[in-house]
Amino acid sequence: MIYSIQKRFEDFFLFTAELSLFAMRYFREAFRRPFEINELLRQCYNVGNRSLPLVALTGFIIGLVLTLQTRPTLQEFGAVSWMPSMVSISIVREIGPVIVALICAGRVASGLGAEIGSMRVTEQIDAMEVSGTNPFKYLVVTRITATTLMLPMLVILGDTLGLYGSYIVENTKGDVSFMLFFNQVFDALEYQDIVPATLKTFLFGFAIGLVGTFAGYTCKKGTAGVGRAANSAVVIASLLIFIIDFMAVVITDLFYEL
Amino acid sequence: MKTADTEHRTPGGTDRRRPVLEIKGLNKAFGSNKVLNDFNLTMYHGEIVVVMGRSGSGKSVMVKCLVGLMKPDSGEISILGRDMINISSGELDELRADIGFLFQGSALYDSMTVRQNLEFPLRHRKERKELTENMEEVVTTALDQVGLAHTLDLMPEELSGGMKRRVALARALILKPELMIYDEPTSGLDPITSKEIIQLMKHIQQTHNTSSMVITHDVDCARVIADRIVLLINGRNYAQGSYEDLAASEDEEIKAFFKT
Ligand SMILES: Nc1ncnc2c1ncn2[C@@H]1O[C@H](COP(=O)(O)OP(=O)(O)OP(=O)(O)O)[C@@H](O)[C@H]1O
Ligand SMILES: [Mg+2]
Repeated sequence: MIYSIQKRFEDFFLFTAELSLFAMRYFREAFRRPFEINELLRQCYNVGNRSLPLVALTGFIIGLVLTLQTRPTLQEFGAVSWMPSMVSISIVREIGPVIVALICAGRVASGLGAEIGSMRVTEQIDAMEVSGTNPFKYLVVTRITATTLMLPMLVILGDTLGLYGSYIVENTKGDVSFMLFFNQVFDALEYQDIVPATLKTFLFGFAIGLVGTFAGYTCKKGTAGVGRAANSAVVIASLLIFIIDFMAVVITDLFYEL
Repeated sequence: MKTADTEHRTPGGTDRRRPVLEIKGLNKAFGSNKVLNDFNLTMYHGEIVVVMGRSGSGKSVMVKCLVGLMKPDSGEISILGRDMINISSGELDELRADIGFLFQGSALYDSMTVRQNLEFPLRHRKERKELTENMEEVVTTALDQVGLAHTLDLMPEELSGGMKRRVALARALILKPELMIYDEPTSGLDPITSKEIIQLMKHIQQTHNTSSMVITHDVDCARVIADRIVLLINGRNYAQGSYEDLAASEDEEIKAFFKT
């Protein structure tokens, strides 16, 4: 029992160390020639293409549900007119980034884990290496960069559709016009809502790409290995997203207290 | 055992004295599993050396050490006169253009078409102008050579195992390497396809004037193409010689390979 707990701790620290080394290798190789621009663009397209419909739909539904659920409470206090501000702050600050990141962890990180994992298992990565292409650069750097760049855009899309969903509820239930609703939305948002929220989405994207490619790149031989790579990619990416989110909130808080 | 240099199977113009590959005292262990244990081998220009050994005897590990996919624990490897152990990564990339490697499982990039697979080794090879500037032609010729010109725009998943192996062969050959390494080129193929692949390898050896190392379990394959056979047993170069020499051996370990 004690032994297995100790083993788990060891495994955890070992994993963290390896993941950090992998991240450092990314920064070392990302800024060195040759740059794989075509592959980067293709990966950006893939990330967007894979998660766009899901992000759009989920964002929209979250906006609808959030508004429907909070409406009665606000009504009780006679504060329904605060609805747009409340919704905009909660979606832009917290719900939008986290939900979109979690969707991408499920969709993109697992895809990367499985894709690169199966390339590892079938020796395609070795084949790249012997043919003079640096597989880390070609496969890992491009994909991590792609998720880092694309996640903020997906979050903006998710946020927008979430707000639109909320507007539809307000419009049907409370006769709020489009102009009025979005005027209030933008009035409520301040610099300190938007900047930290956007910065952390880059980190979410980085975490998703990093964990997905790491799981695949270090995949164990055999088809079971590929399954495990995909699975652990989702679990660890999701966990990391919450950790980053927590730290981002703490840091932002410190910043604006000063 | 003596080396079989008496019978020349490759056409003239090859220099049997010039070593293309020298392995000295190669050691590699995974934990307590000692896979290679003082393995030595020298290969000369124009030669086809067949390495035989039981499954799990470390043949794939040995060739992976050769091309730098694995780091040996100790030992010396020199390929085409270059020290492979203390090589910089830039030089290694350059040297790899002169080594063709056929993987045991073909290892075609399954997200790319056959054409893109063949073009891949030509990326970042600006020094080979004559090849990169006529990419289209180079690719079609290479594919033609293995008799698969019609598969140019197919995906690997649309090919049979034998076709994949041939495409992989065309890909390994595309930079016209001086040294070819085949890891079990005929494993998992039916006897007829195996024969075709063997003929193809022989043909390549003659037309490209390469040197080849072939890893195989297939005694027939070894008999047909080997200038010299090396037996990898217990991590060592247990015995080497021509097919006839080894097949006539009285040693029990050696006999086990050749009785049919
Ligand atoms: N990455 C690795 N980690 C640990 N052990 C390994 C690794 N690669 C190979 N081995 C071990 O090395 C030994 C030799 O493996 P290798 O793949 O070289 O065999 P082989 O001679 O090519 O066999 P086959 O004919 O089946 O391909 C095996 O016992 C294997 O378990
Ligand atoms: Mg093998």
